[in-house]
Amino acid sequence: MADTSVHLQQQQPSRSRDLDKLLLRPGNLVGPRFEPGTELRDDLQAFAKVLVVGAGGLGCELLKDLALTGFCNLEVIDMDRIEVTNLNRQFLFRLEDVGKPKAEVAAKRVMERISGVDIVPHFCRIEDKDIEFYNDFSIIALGLDSIEARSYINNVACSFLEYDSDDNPREETIKPMVDGGTEGFKGHARVIMPGITPCFECTIWLFPPQVKFPLCTLAETPRTAAHCIEYAHLIKWDEVHRGVPFDPDNPNNMKWVYDEAVKRAELFGIPGVTYSFTQGVVKNIIPAIASTNAIISAACALETLKIATECSKTLSNYLTYNGSEGLHTKVTEFERDRDCLVCGPGIRIELDPSITLQKFMDLLEEHPKLQLSKASVTHRGKNLYMQAPPVLEEMTRSNLTLSLFNLMGKLPKDIVHVNGMTSKNDQKTSCLRKLHVVFKGVDGVADMDTAGGA
Amino acid sequence: MIKLFKVKEKQRELAENTSNGVPVKKQSAGELRLHKDISELNLPKSCTMQFPNGKDDLMNFEVLIRPDDGYYLGGTFLFSFHVSPIYPHEAPKVKCKTKVYHPNIDLEGNVCLNILREDWKPVLNINTVIYGLYHLFTEPNYEDPLNHDAAAVLRDNPKIFESNVRRAMSGGYVGQTFFPRCM
Ligand SMILES: [Zn+2]
Repeated sequence: MADTSVHLQQQQPSRSRDLDKLLLRPGNLVGPRFEPGTELRDDLQAFAKVLVVGAGGLGCELLKDLALTGFCNLEVIDMDRIEVTNLNRQFLFRLEDVGKPKAEVAAKRVMERISGVDIVPHFCRIEDKDIEFYNDFSIIALGLDSIEARSYINNVACSFLEYDSDDNPREETIKPMVDGGTEGFKGHARVIMPGITPCFECTIWLFPPQVKFPLCTLAETPRTAAHCIEYAHLIKWDEVHRGVPFDPDNPNNMKWVYDEAVKRAELFGIPGVTYSFTQGVVKNIIPAIASTNAIISAACALETLKIATECSKTLSNYLTYNGSEGLHTKVTEFERDRDCLVCGPGIRIELDPSITLQKFMDLLEEHPKLQLSKASVTHRGKNLYMQAPPVLEEMTRSNLTLSLFNLMGKLPKDIVHVNGMTSKNDQKTSCLRKLHVVFKGVDGVADMDTAGGA
Repeated sequence: MIKLFKVKEKQRELAENTSNGVPVKKQSAGELRLHKDISELNLPKSCTMQFPNGKDDLMNFEVLIRPDDGYYLGGTFLFSFHVSPIYPHEAPKVKCKTKVYHPNIDLEGNVCLNILREDWKPVLNINTVIYGLYHLFTEPNYEDPLNHDAAAVLRDNPKIFESNVRRAMSGGYVGQTFFPRCM
């Protein structure tokens, strides 16, 4: 065995030379389970399956970097087609690719250039895949530019997470995510280990709110090119195209907004309306810089390698990069929100399967950790009971006398969200809580929960 | 974690979809926060809610406002709300579905209310927005005009403004524009 591997190494000295320095030698900063050797390198190729979400500026870099890092099983998902304006930085695409799906072209190009890598493209929306699709991957790497998409993937990845009876996350249910993001000369790379490090929702406040101009300013007193563009986009469009929604991905729609914005700018003597600025304002795009994407992607690919192989401890847990004035990078260790509705363990409640919804709500009031009165209850998107408004209270009132177990689709255990009033230092405050409901004596409950607690 | 990936991969090969305890998508944090907002609504009698898609779709709902004071007394105004999954990071999108002669609401139903745009903060909620809309009817304001003509009339001649509002609400023309009856 030893002979063959030496032989192989001699045959292909360059291919994994740099990776081997990390994977074949022991080190001081390695993770506790790191076992250097060729088996690790082989396992990385055979068993690590990474999903790259997004095949834009960052996604192209990620795909290439991960492939060069020794990952052989990659998939990429993106709903967009290639546009001419992408070509300056989305380096896997050529002029003749314009109009083709990004995911497909990106996968093909990387496979052509890097032998032994298998990349499966998915040309669709992230919401189109069923949730089990995402559970198939060892690690999910995000190269996205929207908060909505990140929030969605985060929600999916955290939904695989399970806790034991001591509220410790079960390792086998943790779906690691590596998230990159860039805006001009600034960027971030972060490692999300649901249940261990803060999830996207724990720290959503990190994202600054989008700038929104007052509508009356747009209508009456425009002062900037952006005002003129938003006037055309938000007010003029509706006035002319009654009932037809504006589609930012339709070039004709965008051209119409641009033309109207130009007219508006001329009327008020405002300079600076261009087609690409119009696109930028309407789609809220900040110009992407190729080098920022490359730097952030490199950080993300390295973290992905570190999670998979434990050849080093991972970033903990949020790296910011700023290249706009000199160069500044910093790592901040953000903390989890213990009450996070997405990644938190929730409060565990064991119930008799015969309990009615009303009795359950009474119990919440008596529960020492909750003391929750005036509860409203929701389960998997179904509103079981709503205190207000009157129209919803009426529609849900009949559930009160029904069995909670039946209302929850006879699942032996599941998450329920409740909100209501709780007393804190003699003051009533409203709160929203995640509950982990377990029905006693129902099949399927006697699993690791009880084994671990015994 | 590679050992874990290896074990999982082998389990998957063996298991071939026994689909036990398949996780279902959780509600987004935005939906949950909205659920809280709505279950805690405390509205005056003049504001009522409608859920056109039933009790389980809270992300799209309607609010009916019947002002009990001011120029718009006696009228009924319908607003549609669309709430994003990243609510409350982003304000709800609100449109007025009733054609109204109003300085701060244009004929397409765009509403000029600061907390819906430049002054939105995640600590605000649906209750605040509905109260904000209600106040637009009791205190229309000519300083933030979306309907330029209506604002000018309100500023220069409140009596004419009042009779224009009456005419529009009972179904009729103000200038070149026809307003369907909304009383
Ligand atoms: Zn969280």
